[in-house]
Amino acid sequence: MYHKEKSIQIKNSASALYNNLSVLRIAPRRLTYFTVVHANVVNMVSASWDGLNYSHRQLQSKEPNVATSTSLIMQAAFCVLPSRELLVITSQKGIQMYESDGSIMVYWHALDTPETPSAQAVFARGISAVWENYICVGVSSGSILVFDVPSKGSNITLSEVLEEHKESITDIASECSGSQQCIADLVSADDGGNLCVWKSGEEFQLLNKIPGFDMSCSSVKLWKGTVVAGYGTGQIRLYEAVTGILHAEVNAHARWIYSLDIAPFSGLLLSAAEDSLVRVWHLTVSQETNSVEVAHLHNECVTDTQICGARFCDGDGYAFAVTGYDLSEIIRYTQT
Amino acid sequence: MSSRTLPLLFINLGGEMLYILDQRLRAQNIPADKAKKVMNDIITTMFNKKFLEELFKPQELYSKKALRTVFDRLAHASIMRLNQASMDKLYDLMTMAFKYQVLLCLRPKDILLVSFNHMDAIKDFVKDTPSILSLVDETYRQLIEMYTSLSHGEFQLIRQTLLIFFQDMHIRVSIFLKDKVQNSNGRFVLPTSGPVPHGTQVPGLIRMFSCTGEEVTRLQFNNGGNYTAGLREGSFEMFGDRVTKLGTNMYSVSRPVETHMSGTSKSSAQHTKQVNTAPNPLAKEELNLLAKLMGGLEVQKTGNADSGFRVNLFATDEEEEEALITRPDELSYGVINIQATKDHQANAELAKIMGEFTESGHQSPSASSKGDDLLAMMDGL
Repeated sequence: MYHKEKSIQIKNSASALYNNLSVLRIAPRRLTYFTVVHANVVNMVSASWDGLNYSHRQLQSKEPNVATSTSLIMQAAFCVLPSRELLVITSQKGIQMYESDGSIMVYWHALDTPETPSAQAVFARGISAVWENYICVGVSSGSILVFDVPSKGSNITLSEVLEEHKESITDIASECSGSQQCIADLVSADDGGNLCVWKSGEEFQLLNKIPGFDMSCSSVKLWKGTVVAGYGTGQIRLYEAVTGILHAEVNAHARWIYSLDIAPFSGLLLSAAEDSLVRVWHLTVSQETNSVEVAHLHNECVTDTQICGARFCDGDGYAFAVTGYDLSEIIRYTQT
Repeated sequence: MSSRTLPLLFINLGGEMLYILDQRLRAQNIPADKAKKVMNDIITTMFNKKFLEELFKPQELYSKKALRTVFDRLAHASIMRLNQASMDKLYDLMTMAFKYQVLLCLRPKDILLVSFNHMDAIKDFVKDTPSILSLVDETYRQLIEMYTSLSHGEFQLIRQTLLIFFQDMHIRVSIFLKDKVQNSNGRFVLPTSGPVPHGTQVPGLIRMFSCTGEEVTRLQFNNGGNYTAGLREGSFEMFGDRVTKLGTNMYSVSRPVETHMSGTSKSSAQHTKQVNTAPNPLAKEELNLLAKLMGGLEVQKTGNADSGFRVNLFATDEEEEEALITRPDELSYGVINIQATKDHQANAELAKIMGEFTESGHQSPSASSKGDDLLAMMDGL
């Protein structure tokens, strides 16, 4: 179904972090951007579609002052809003937002870090664009910061702080950004496996809480009103977002899941885990009959690699890319 | 990232160090009483109360260089001496072994079981000496207190922090190559077979439910591997079957350890970690608090100059010398081997703590004569 393409070499190896690959397709310029986190650096590659041109850029985590120790980056993700695209980088010290090509930093938000380290780690993790003008970022305390993003410029403001989760946020996902109306357009996941479903707006509304069973949910997606969640046990579960009804449960992987992605136009689901496997599934969601079907389509094994990031490169799922711990390349696959 | 990583890193690396030293002491036919003294001295130093207190405080992980300094001193806590090449090799082996264990753990919480395997072995080394045994038991208690209540997600954060520490290390270890757990390019073999972790199901089943919760369909898919059901959970108590073999002693006299320096894969040479602070041209030792504490903990030696001896991690002295010369630059730890460094005057508060370590009435003979100010020592390099 898929075959391996030529890999893209990156300057450093990928770190073992959840969802450690972000992809932005820039159709007008026939380019795709990829970002991969290595410790305190984000490696950005811009790849031309004809496969002839690659350019690299590195972004560092911002330090409040030179004397402090290096701040490790937890995640880097592209946020696509109707009016603009930003690259958001979250670290132990705070949140940086750049223009999507990484050229200019437009916003910095510092986290409250205690003077001396406390037993509870401090970091930001979990990034998603929501609706027309919001970017949501999770924090290790369980809070979710909602930033209001103007259509251009750097006048980004913190609009709201959502305090619902009690454990560290692991991932945040949304659907319906600016196009259609959805009942629920945001889902957040935490270290205890708990999921919160929200409706965005001037004041975000909590629609539903789906409890975890003390098993961390490391990656989450929202599609056609269905929450797709990947867990540390290797299971994937599909819930109806607003009601919390469990539609399907898949014993998908033999180790901790690190990344999920959905190609929205085709309903293809990508899952990747520490067990070296990337799996492609097909989801059928019928909102009228309230039924969800999951079918397994394909496996790819990245030998001797614990995968940490997997993303479709386009909305149909024609191609996908994968990163692994200690691997200095982005592996690509295309449909045959 | 996780501020609770350092104790696990230290104890597991320390455990590996003891396995290796134990094997080398036997291989070099060091007299039993001297060998025992070395092991006892190192273990006593490792689990010193004040040192552990500092170790268990919430803090960020040390850099590789800083941690290496701590282990340099630990290795020299007794009458045994190691040349730089041997110390480099010892540290390579320790770190690659623990990297292997962290990677191969079925689930993040198993890192605690690996730690208990090391602790169990250390306890066995000192089972005849009640005073040291009590230090080890106290450490068990601290580990249990700090770690058994952590969630799976928090353990994964610890694991991720450790993996950043070990990133890009691909030194080939002979025993791993022979056992086929490491490839010739230095990367570990991650099997897609064997038991799944405790709490995980063997992949292959899709279940779909109706709105009322009834199972409507069951589908099987090919999981691409050869997995078997999970084993029982290991014990997280002071005694018990840990179930996992990771962290147990893999060395014996008949299975010596060598590392391969030449031909480390091109990728590992090119993509060296970039995390560190500005390059340090003089390669000064990073004197973190742990290293300072360790430096003051040198156990009292007998005055007899003959009691000291050198351990070689290589088969011959020539090999050791050769290893020092041919060690690739990118694998250098950048640590100046200042043996028997004493920092008694580095810090007034520390000096007070130091006083509590030296045997009562017995100032270490060189303390007053050296009395080197740290800065002066640095300047003299």
